[in-house]
Amino acid sequence: MEKKDIIQSFKDSLFTGLIALALFGPIVGLRTVSKGEGLFITPQWGVVFLLVGLCILGRFLININSARRTEFKIFSILSSKFSSITENKAKHFAITGILFAAVFPFLPFTDRYFMDVAIMILTYIMLGWGLNIVVGLAGLLDLGYVAFYAVGAYSYALIATTFGWSFWICLPLAGVFAAFFGILLGFPVLRLRGDYLAIVTLGFGEIIRIILINWYEVTNGPDGITGIPRPSFFGLPFKRSPDEGETSFHLFFNLEYSTMHRIIFLYYLILVLALITNYFTLKIRKLPVGRAWEALREDEIACKSLGVNPTNTKLTAFAIGAMFGGFAGSFFATRQAFISPESFTFIESAIIVAIVVLGGMGSQTGVVLASIFLIGITEMFRDLEQYRMIAFGGAMVLIMVFKPKGILANRKPTILMHGDKK
Amino acid sequence: MEYFIQQLVNGITLGSIYGLIAIGYTMVYGIIGMINFAHGDIFMIGAFVALISFIIFGLTGVALPIILLLVLLIAMLFTACYGWTVEKLAYKPLRGSFRLAPLISALGMSIVLQNYVQVSQGARVKPMQPLFSGGLEFFKSSEFIVTVSYLQIFIVVLTIILMGIFTYLITKTDLGRAQRACEQDRTMTALLGINVDRTISITFIIGSSLASVAGMMFVLYYGVIDFYIGFLAGIKAFTAAVLGGIGSLPGAMLGGLLIGLIETFWAGYVSLEYKDVAAFSVLIVVLIFFPTGFLGKPDIEKV
Repeated sequence: MEKKDIIQSFKDSLFTGLIALALFGPIVGLRTVSKGEGLFITPQWGVVFLLVGLCILGRFLININSARRTEFKIFSILSSKFSSITENKAKHFAITGILFAAVFPFLPFTDRYFMDVAIMILTYIMLGWGLNIVVGLAGLLDLGYVAFYAVGAYSYALIATTFGWSFWICLPLAGVFAAFFGILLGFPVLRLRGDYLAIVTLGFGEIIRIILINWYEVTNGPDGITGIPRPSFFGLPFKRSPDEGETSFHLFFNLEYSTMHRIIFLYYLILVLALITNYFTLKIRKLPVGRAWEALREDEIACKSLGVNPTNTKLTAFAIGAMFGGFAGSFFATRQAFISPESFTFIESAIIVAIVVLGGMGSQTGVVLASIFLIGITEMFRDLEQYRMIAFGGAMVLIMVFKPKGILANRKPTILMHGDKK
Repeated sequence: MEYFIQQLVNGITLGSIYGLIAIGYTMVYGIIGMINFAHGDIFMIGAFVALISFIIFGLTGVALPIILLLVLLIAMLFTACYGWTVEKLAYKPLRGSFRLAPLISALGMSIVLQNYVQVSQGARVKPMQPLFSGGLEFFKSSEFIVTVSYLQIFIVVLTIILMGIFTYLITKTDLGRAQRACEQDRTMTALLGINVDRTISITFIIGSSLASVAGMMFVLYYGVIDFYIGFLAGIKAFTAAVLGGIGSLPGAMLGGLLIGLIETFWAGYVSLEYKDVAAFSVLIVVLIFFPTGFLGKPDIEKV
């Protein structure tokens, strides 16, 4: 490295520092605080100088470190190795994963907190798999997926609290409702091009949320719905002291009462639901409609000329994706026993989309890895409550910049014309 | 009738704000064909910078017009830095990537900006004492007095001035020509010796500065802001851009006005709770029935 280069990179990093000062100076440096009547400013120059210093140092290190390129190469080689391994050994990987998931509740280190996180991750995996049908297979970016999640949750909650039907009747009904909404929305908008579709679905998601907040008579507005019945183990409730004429789970199986029973049951419930979603997706990919989705994703004009009806085909993808969103929603409602519009904000949609995209659109394994990674990150940063969303958004940008096709970039068509040429 | 005129005035004011944000969307879409999802949050940052500078200058006791001018320039400068940085960090590396990649990156950037402001400025709403007071009153004899406040006049006049400067910039200067050339064919423009990267950067800078002016107007008009205002305003401005025909600059302004009017009339005559639904429904209806908007060019699909 020559002296000229060092001076050049030094100048460059000073420029970076100047920009950083302009960025952080007003927003971080001058914090507005309400005191009594008016707003006042508390300067925080220390933090600003720290941030600016970090930016200068970081930029300088990147500049003088010409090994940067090789580092990224290593990164990409590693990840391509990784994806080829998971691709070749997909079966083994899947079986190991499922086995691990199956014994997870009985592992020695598993406690209540781990179970809660695991249930949350599995919920997102299921949502991710559901959305993967729409985004990964059919190539339609849906930024309002949470709307179907909300429809599922609310229809479950309303049916269960109004008619008192059991979980196993309400669950399919919620799915049907969500699918119906999917068709209702999809019918007019699916002719739109990719990014327009994204914005319209986003708008639809917001409309649903605003209706949930304002339609007080039905949805109870921002207060939400309480007292949603808990699921039962095929008719056996998880209660310490069952009602008259009822046998509860621990009495039936002669166990010591523990709240963990219900948690473990919920865990297996969502595991099975998620696996059903996965199995369904893997199977439907081999049917004509699944093939048509992937073909549409690759080339819509070619599909049209071959006689595939794009609107109907997209509509099925939309409806099926929505149905799984509805299932996940009703699971959410029964787990929480309380739902309110606050749980169905745009950020949820963004998280689900992020999971699908980061996992590598269309890759089922990728969704699992991305869910564990993203939800894991947000859980790890839970103590730093406010910073975790910054980390989350930052991860989205970074992964797009360095690995735009996702962690497992697996967009190989399921079928090729002359077999798999290798 | 008087009520109608009052709503019309309010709608035009709101429409000016939306129009200024919409220009940022439409310019970026025209030049690199992506929806800059973080643009709404750039607007929010502009509003915060304006609020902070209003507080600082409010303590010095300088005359109001000078304060306004200074705040305007400061907000434009600092917000432009944000626009520039966001483009460099999140969009530039993705040029030539698959279609949805920049959209997702923009989504991530939007989340980052929102939470960054939430962390550094606090999550509570920020109220500001009104700087303007008074206005012109019409129809004094009738039972409903129509008021056009000085603030509303200021907003509309400032918008018209900015639009004039901006139109001159785009149609008459070299920079504007370079920009329009990039819109049509980026490779060819580069071959002709125009720095495409720089042109795109400048597009982001212009878009962000206009959004920051909108942010300043928002602070003055509503008097309260929080870190979340960018999301709704961004969606509405995007709707405006689509309504006017995305990629068309006069269309963005027209669309902004229409969205502002639709929103105020909806809130005034139909229902206040569902006023945001109105904007979203307009978006959906417009995209379905005339996806090219009022002044947009038809989108030809090529094999």
